[in-house]
Amino acid sequence: MNRDAYRRAKSTVIVWLCGLAVVIALLPLAFILFFVVSQGVLSLNLGFFTNLPVPVGETGGGMANAIVGTLILIGLGGLFAVPIGVISGIYAAEFAGTKLATAVQFAADTLNGVPSIVIGVFVYGVAVLPFKQFSAFAGGVALGVMMIPIITRTTEELLKLVPVSLREGALALGATRGWATLTVVLPAAAPGIITGIVLALARIAGETAPLLFTAFNNRFLSVRLDQPISSLTVQVFTYAISPYEDWHRQAWAGALVLVTLVLLCSVLARVATRRLERLQTGQ
Amino acid sequence: MAALPKRRDLGFVLLTGGVGLSVVLVVAAIAFELVRQSQLSIAKFGLSFWTNGIWDPVSGEFGARPFIWGTLYSSVLALLLATPISLGIAMFLSELCPQRMRQPLIFLTELLAAIPSIVYGLWGIFVLVPAVRAVQTAFPDFLRQLPLFTGPTAGIGMMSAVLILAVMVIPFTSAVAREVLKSVPVAQREAAYALGATQWEAIRAALFYARTGIIGAVMLGFGRALGETMAVTMVIGNNPQISLSLFQPQYTMAAVLANEFTEAADELYLHALIEVGLVLFVITLLVNGASRLLIWSMNRPPRARKVEPVAAPLGEAA
Repeated sequence: MNRDAYRRAKSTVIVWLCGLAVVIALLPLAFILFFVVSQGVLSLNLGFFTNLPVPVGETGGGMANAIVGTLILIGLGGLFAVPIGVISGIYAAEFAGTKLATAVQFAADTLNGVPSIVIGVFVYGVAVLPFKQFSAFAGGVALGVMMIPIITRTTEELLKLVPVSLREGALALGATRGWATLTVVLPAAAPGIITGIVLALARIAGETAPLLFTAFNNRFLSVRLDQPISSLTVQVFTYAISPYEDWHRQAWAGALVLVTLVLLCSVLARVATRRLERLQTGQ
Repeated sequence: MAALPKRRDLGFVLLTGGVGLSVVLVVAAIAFELVRQSQLSIAKFGLSFWTNGIWDPVSGEFGARPFIWGTLYSSVLALLLATPISLGIAMFLSELCPQRMRQPLIFLTELLAAIPSIVYGLWGIFVLVPAVRAVQTAFPDFLRQLPLFTGPTAGIGMMSAVLILAVMVIPFTSAVAREVLKSVPVAQREAAYALGATQWEAIRAALFYARTGIIGAVMLGFGRALGETMAVTMVIGNNPQISLSLFQPQYTMAAVLANEFTEAADELYLHALIEVGLVLFVITLLVNGASRLLIWSMNRPPRARKVEPVAAPLGEAA
């Protein structure tokens, strides 16, 4: 009897501890969001989006160059990674079980685990050293390499969710395997895949380490792919470790822009996935 | 089942297979390139690169031991903090949580993984480090005698890095652990409850059932912690020394790359840095490989049963 009470008490305590673990993990999230928002809004104004950085001592500088740079960089990264990721994901799903498909899955998982800074080192070797020039192109390659495994695995998982009967229907009507995939299976999975790509782009927009010695940084507004280019993340890093108050404030504003971007995409993706699920179960 | 592709499918197979192959080649290229670009340092220092504790760009002597130590020490400590919390979250969200709270809570814990590393770093410098400094200054003197707590009370140092790493690892470990727990058959739990188990005893049974996958989840978090760059670089103090103390500024492999790469003036220095990247690559590869193997073995049927099917149709085995 006594032992039962002990067991039940122990169980209750542990259940509460598990709930406490959730609270402990969400506290830093609340703290970070609170500081980013409260510090960020102080120096977030129109000038932040339209002005270029100004020398130390002057105020009123912005991060227009970094915002443009980030957009160019994730655009480039997407340009490299989306075709490669989607097509290799199609292969991994369509020919699952073959040696190459397993190798693709394995490679994507491996690539996903490679630290981002190491990807930066790799791209420095293949896209910076040969040209003796930091460049937006190299930064885009680095971000692309980071995105490939995410898109590959997302595409693969989503294609596998498409009911076999759809594919069988297409094949029964005489479609080739490639045609069936392209016109029936892929469109069925497309909304999910696009959501995955948006999410991957948002995540990649927050990357700093692979850009440090590929895209480097640029104080001026640059849209040239063969020149160093600025990015929000690298700019925030530079400002954060500087000793100047005004730069610190701007770093917070940059962080706010980054976090807003990432959170907005996460929420949108979540809403989209929910709607998809509802559509699919409603059928 | 899949026979040779029909001729009209050949183009599809070749195109998708070719692109798929390119992903495999990228991984191979990373390994190749890291070795090629660090050959000067590999040739000059050999294996002593891993064990030499001196990193002196001026005299051209390079050893990675302080960085390997810093990376492993910070990651292991972060895991010690993050693992119980992550498992608690996984258990709560997969077994205990009221249905209506589940999805929102999952979403929130996943947001932790969505916040960019640089934002963690920024927050670390301006909020966490001062807080840690206050804690360190308030530390009782007799505890400061312990090797774990000697050194300056600057806030910047191992303790801040460990705290921030722990927070960053939690979403990864808890997400995988949750998936692993979900793959435990419901019958397992029902059986435990049927025998009169309390909630915790039933979960413990599930945890035991899922133990390989759980270890895999923890190792996946370990892999993440090893490679984390920006946040750690900004708070760990960047001082290549080997110390047990949580108060001492130290250095990690990822951080030395982030800080010194663009400053590497001569070729040997650059090659030594790239070899640090190679070491980091090899270590994360091993950790992630082991982790995937464990998680993957979880998804297979637990143990081969000795019971033969009554009549296995010929040719359909495996």
